[in-house]
Amino acid sequence: MYGNDFGARAETSSDEPRSFLDLLAGDDRVEPRDEMPDAYRRTLVRQIAQHAHSEIIGMQPEGNWISRAPSLRRKAILMAKVQDEAGHGLYLYAAAETLGVDRADLLDQLHNGRQKYSSIFNYPTLTWADVGAIGWLVDGAAIVNQVPLCRCSYGPYARAMVRVCKEESFHQRQGFEILHTLSHGTPAQRAMAQDAVDRYWWPSLMMFGPPDDDSPNSAQSMAWGIKRFSNDDLRQRFVDMTVPQAEALGLTLPDPEIRWNEERGHYDFGEVDFTELFEVIQGNGPCNAQRMSHRVRAHEDGAWVREAASAYAQKQAEKQLARTEGAA
Amino acid sequence: MREWPLWEVFVRSRRGLSHVHVGSLHAPDAEMALRNARDLYTRRQEGVSLWVVPAAEIVASTPDQGAAFFDPADDKVYRHPTFYDVPEGVEHL
Repeated sequence: MYGNDFGARAETSSDEPRSFLDLLAGDDRVEPRDEMPDAYRRTLVRQIAQHAHSEIIGMQPEGNWISRAPSLRRKAILMAKVQDEAGHGLYLYAAAETLGVDRADLLDQLHNGRQKYSSIFNYPTLTWADVGAIGWLVDGAAIVNQVPLCRCSYGPYARAMVRVCKEESFHQRQGFEILHTLSHGTPAQRAMAQDAVDRYWWPSLMMFGPPDDDSPNSAQSMAWGIKRFSNDDLRQRFVDMTVPQAEALGLTLPDPEIRWNEERGHYDFGEVDFTELFEVIQGNGPCNAQRMSHRVRAHEDGAWVREAASAYAQKQAEKQLARTEGAA
Repeated sequence: MREWPLWEVFVRSRRGLSHVHVGSLHAPDAEMALRNARDLYTRRQEGVSLWVVPAAEIVASTPDQGAAFFDPADDKVYRHPTFYDVPEGVEHL
């Protein structure tokens, strides 16, 4: 659902192998067994893991509404979407593992708070319309962020992103459709849609990370071909894409400063309150504790399933061995 | 065992095409690997056939032997049809 890398220590590059620099210079892809600088590897592990964790944690706010979806159609769609998020997490863990880390270790680091996930999932889903707002705005922002990652210099990450982006556009459309239905429904439904957009608009803009002049890692990530556009450029692209869609929905975006700027050829918009972003990243968002405790509990409650599957696999392997030996 | 073994997944998208590598997954055994691969890589009818291969069983060339390993082909341009001059007017060749 979402990929960015901020709120992390800046890595400086030193001692970059010639073969690595040649690949970057040729806009070629780096593959798992190629030589690469340690800092590049660590940055990718951190970013891909954070991205994977976001997909997995991102199942919670929407999962909250599966049992209360307003129709069987909506319920089937929402289940498919949440299942996609699990799939996206797994593609990404697999991509991270090509860098020599174990998925189990990454999950441990999520659970003990050493690795982060996107701050957007620390906001609650209070109404059904929030499911629409997440699909339209949060997945919309994620698409803007993720499309350039399909050309990321690290091959396995780029390939995972191609799969994710293909699936993501269904997510955005289903969200738009939910809001469109509500905004053309009763006054109460319309108000519900507007309220959801009012609450999710600013956090969606924060998903692109801090402004460029306060984003110390961006330059290095761009030099390495991990990141292709700056945070502010992507944020602007998202605003430009979204404003006309809001008009089509008949909903307003909660920013009185949004207006078309003929000279720039872009929409102007108000200043994002980044102190809120950093507060949420620090763990002080409305749902941080709930998301983590749910995640840890789900993992622990599933332990017996993992153990049973391993035990079964071992038993089958032993039977197979006995049969082979018996035949010999 | 902390983590189940890693399996590489190959999908044949339709009849007439080869299986193509699509990614990897963890599973305790081959049967679970196949089922997980179905759920993970063919949620939208992406395939008509699946292979799962234990990642540990794959033997691969290494990037550092790369250039030397593949260089026997470097100086044999005559293996390509474009190497040959065809006189003007000769067709179906």
